[in-house]
Amino acid sequence: MSMKNIFLATYLALKEVIRNRGRFFLVALVIALITLLVLFIAALGEGLANGNRQYVANLDAQLVVFLEKSDYIISSSRLDTNTARAIRRVEGVEDAGAIYTSSTEIVSLDEPLKVSMLGAEPGRPGMPPILEGREFRSGEAREAVIDRNVALRSGIQIGDLIQIRSTQGTTDEFFDLKVVGLVEGQSYFFQPTIFVPAATWEKVRPQSESELNSDTPYPNIVAVKLSDPTQIEDMKARLLERVPNIEVTDIQTTINNIPGYSAQQGTVQAQGFFTLLIGILVIGGFFQIQILQKVPQIGVLKAIGSSNGMVGLSAVIQIIIVTALGVGIGGGLTYLFSLGFPPTIPLVFNGTRSLVAVLLLLAIGPAGGMVSIIYAVRIEPLKALRLG
Amino acid sequence: MNTIALEVRDLVKTFSLDGATITAVDHVSFQVKAGEFVALVGPSGSGKTTLLSILAALLSPTSGQVLIDGQDLAKMNEKQRVKLRREKIGFTFQSNNLIPFLSARENVEYMLRLNGVMNRANRLRSDELLARLGLADRLHNLPAQMSGGQQQRVAIARALIHNPAVVLADEPTASLDTERAFQVVETFAHLIHENERAGVIVTHDLRMCQYVDRVLQMRDGKLVRVVEDRNEILKLAGAAVH
Repeated sequence: MSMKNIFLATYLALKEVIRNRGRFFLVALVIALITLLVLFIAALGEGLANGNRQYVANLDAQLVVFLEKSDYIISSSRLDTNTARAIRRVEGVEDAGAIYTSSTEIVSLDEPLKVSMLGAEPGRPGMPPILEGREFRSGEAREAVIDRNVALRSGIQIGDLIQIRSTQGTTDEFFDLKVVGLVEGQSYFFQPTIFVPAATWEKVRPQSESELNSDTPYPNIVAVKLSDPTQIEDMKARLLERVPNIEVTDIQTTINNIPGYSAQQGTVQAQGFFTLLIGILVIGGFFQIQILQKVPQIGVLKAIGSSNGMVGLSAVIQIIIVTALGVGIGGGLTYLFSLGFPPTIPLVFNGTRSLVAVLLLLAIGPAGGMVSIIYAVRIEPLKALRLG
Repeated sequence: MNTIALEVRDLVKTFSLDGATITAVDHVSFQVKAGEFVALVGPSGSGKTTLLSILAALLSPTSGQVLIDGQDLAKMNEKQRVKLRREKIGFTFQSNNLIPFLSARENVEYMLRLNGVMNRANRLRSDELLARLGLADRLHNLPAQMSGGQQQRVAIARALIHNPAVVLADEPTASLDTERAFQVVETFAHLIHENERAGVIVTHDLRMCQYVDRVLQMRDGKLVRVVEDRNEILKLAGAAVH
């Protein structure tokens, strides 16, 4: 297609949009609302995913070791206490850290706050880098490192004493922990996290009557950092061979097997997909009606010598203009709304996810208008003479 | 008045309808010279619009030849036909003539843009032409802001601005009142003669024939009568008036 035709197509498209700006603006607003919805769904998906997986996703490790036949479900896995030590002896393993999971409630606040309580070994995989303060001492130190999210929501500061409540047997027990450090972005199982030494974890975690007699902490999983992170498959096989009664997988599989994670993400993605589908149908419907109204006009354009390609390109450019305008307005609205959302709603505007959503939204215009574009190209110039 | 701008040789157009063959144009031949204005008249269904569609390179004939400015339409592919319509033919239609979102000036200039000759000199020509058609104060009006007669005059300007060899008009007065209709056709005839274009107007209103040089009368697809004598043309048009 010649530059002249591209210029003419753009000229016609712009003139029509400008002269009928009210009508096109309304369609752009519909696209803006769809954009708002899609971006919020994407942000909600990311927020929910983060809440569920953040701790595991941020592990400084490539492999996760579970108890054999636990189906890679963290809560179903209970490893021998010396598993981490055995793993560290395997050639190719740089380090391995045992991780102990449970949940508890901080009660020394105006409003009790439910948190994930994780036992980890200082300096080993499983213990996130300290943002402020210091790591806890090992042994039975009644010290805790807390997620900054906990600090922000509760006003807890380094040096404060917090009290947690755990049901042990049939009674509620209260334990005091001193906050010694802050970490960032460590949400697990939709809850912010606090980290404690393994031995402390064993003492203060909620446990059943039968567990009360044991002082030995059993880790749920072991995070394994490899000397060569590219050797994941080889190392899986080696660990299975050298360490008894375990199963090994990578970080992503561990995330996918967090209870509810895949179902939740599937639901959110389906919502996003159907919203985009609705967008395609709405835009398709609008442009189809518009083209049907313009049949004689397009007939005249072709009769006086406009090519099919030029008429089709003009329709495409018009759709792109309206879609881009709608997506732009929708993006702006999303940003404004996001400023006013309470932090309890897990909205996370991830750059990549939002970009993919925006690109998909920009694509729905031409996709939705495809039928009308094809229709426009096929209109016979004879329509100008009331024939054809 | 010597150059033949449009030549039709033994033209036939048939359609199939429910198994039957309908001959819409039946062995029609005629010529139109540059500077000549010809009316194609006849009752509904006589084949006028079908013939005009073939002359406009919008419809292919079953047999016969159409030559515009010496170029045989039958030997052209679709791309060449589009180019021919753009460069050699000017159109006015019965209705929906103008692009509704372009102003009067932009509608006329569109033909210049389409032919790649939009420049300051041609814009001036376009404005002058519109002014001659009594539209100097309507340059920036959209079609919806103009009367039917004004819209037809803009269409005439658009049909002539790119100096086509042939100007075709399909019932240009159908939606106008009598006074406006006479004005439009008179202006059209004047510009055809002045610019030495070949003009063909399809009309069912014989009164409009008073402005043409020749009348081609069609019935059942055939060219049944050619009226060239000025007095006879006026008689034909006058008889229609009374």
